[in-house]
Amino acid sequence: MLRFPIYMDNHATTPVDPRVLELMLPYFTDRFGNAASRNHSYGWQAEEAVDVARKQVAELIGATAKEIVFTSGATESDNLAIKGAARMYREKGNHLITVVTEHKAVIDTCKHLEKEGFDVTYLPVKRDGLVDLDRLRAAITDRTILISIMAANNEVGVLQPIAEIGRMARERGVLFHTDAVQAAGKVPFDVNASSVDMASLSAHKMYGPKGVGALYVRRRNPRVLLTPIIDGGGHERGMRSGTLNVPGIVGFGKAASISREELATESARVTGLRNRLSDGLRRELDEIYINGSVEHRLPGNLNVSFAYVEGESLLMGINDIAVSSGSACTSATLEPSYVLKALGTGDELAHSSIRFGLGRFNTEEEVDFVVQKVSAVVKRLREMSPLYELAKEHEEVKIRG
Amino acid sequence: MSYSEKVIDHYNNPRNVGSLPKGDTAVGTGLVGAPECGDVMKLQVRVNPETGVIDDAKFKTFGCGSAIASSSLATEWLKGKTLEQALEIKNVDIVQELSLPPVKIHCSVLAEDAIKAAIADYKRKQQDGQ
Repeated sequence: MLRFPIYMDNHATTPVDPRVLELMLPYFTDRFGNAASRNHSYGWQAEEAVDVARKQVAELIGATAKEIVFTSGATESDNLAIKGAARMYREKGNHLITVVTEHKAVIDTCKHLEKEGFDVTYLPVKRDGLVDLDRLRAAITDRTILISIMAANNEVGVLQPIAEIGRMARERGVLFHTDAVQAAGKVPFDVNASSVDMASLSAHKMYGPKGVGALYVRRRNPRVLLTPIIDGGGHERGMRSGTLNVPGIVGFGKAASISREELATESARVTGLRNRLSDGLRRELDEIYINGSVEHRLPGNLNVSFAYVEGESLLMGINDIAVSSGSACTSATLEPSYVLKALGTGDELAHSSIRFGLGRFNTEEEVDFVVQKVSAVVKRLREMSPLYELAKEHEEVKIRG
Repeated sequence: MSYSEKVIDHYNNPRNVGSLPKGDTAVGTGLVGAPECGDVMKLQVRVNPETGVIDDAKFKTFGCGSAIASSSLATEWLKGKTLEQALEIKNVDIVQELSLPPVKIHCSVLAEDAIKAAIADYKRKQQDGQ
């Protein structure tokens, strides 16, 4: 039985896994204590629950519990990592390096720091969405204090070579932050194997609740210090003041542990679904283009441009499927996706792009429905498209000539 | 983005999709917009040489639902009009009929441009033919 609309927008958010929700609920009612209350069992209970969750989140990324700082989400984690490190290490240098395809939480934080007098290099990416390691190496100077490059991209699902980046940063004595929101729990991600110094995580991208995230902050080799961006009671070892979101953190912990336990089987299953979707669409339609590297890619991501069809009109026709589009018309700015632009996708194909985000609760039956539905609507819109007509006329001229 | 019922109706049941023979002297073709902006409209009219009345209109549009609806509506309105009457169709009329939100006004402007371009093409052909 299909349930509509079919949800294939798992990069935007994921539903809370029922196993996660079940564990969270008592922390709203019976076990409502403040984890910072030292004088009674309500507080102790909450603190214990947070300790368990901290360990679970740490285990997902190969860290130790003390290296996990809970935040309100990955946007805050990115802000804390980048602003916190930049301000702490300002004496050492004022240069940061990031990449043009980063999430706005990173880009806009860097732009903010530029106003504070920092220099930021925004590296381009190659046609496949990957950062050019030679360009990165060349961009590092004696004044560079931080490199921030995401593990997996939220639009095209491209996996950056973070182990190589981490090694390079380590050799040059530069801190390495990675926004691992889309990668953690989906592909193997280990902060030691990749020499990561800071990593941003979010619960709601891994079947946990919204409003809770974490920043991994390395404690040894090297010990990373951050200037806090929120002042207050000195929670989270002084790095992030504010009463802990205990039910959210409990859910985050459970979500992380499920993701870790099921990673191998789930990533294989979701890759299978993604390939089924991709193969199905390619069987039904000509002139469709996959944006970003196919090889270095998240299991659940398929970002596709359907030539001669505008993305928003396509979304309108497939309104029983929840996906997102890189088209201009879906945003207030009327600018097509800056990520696709950075990959060198022409504006025309950027307008024609759809991001499918497959996840834990998608099925083969859903994929098959989506293949049929999308193909039918694309064919109908192409019949209505003057660009398709012009291209076909052109082709005929070529054939005749 | 939520659409008005009329936009949805035109999107699901577009009126007059298709093409008229471009080379026909009775046919005027307007092609406006740019793919990189996400909107391209092709609008065609066929004028009855006896009466000077538009007896057929067709469109093809690459664009969002509002762009498709604007051009579909335009072809509906064009049929049965003289060229002078056709030139009186303004983008605000389309905005009103389809209840287009401010961010979609450019779609109606494009439809008006397409009408003007098609009629200009027709007139050019008549002059060339003389």
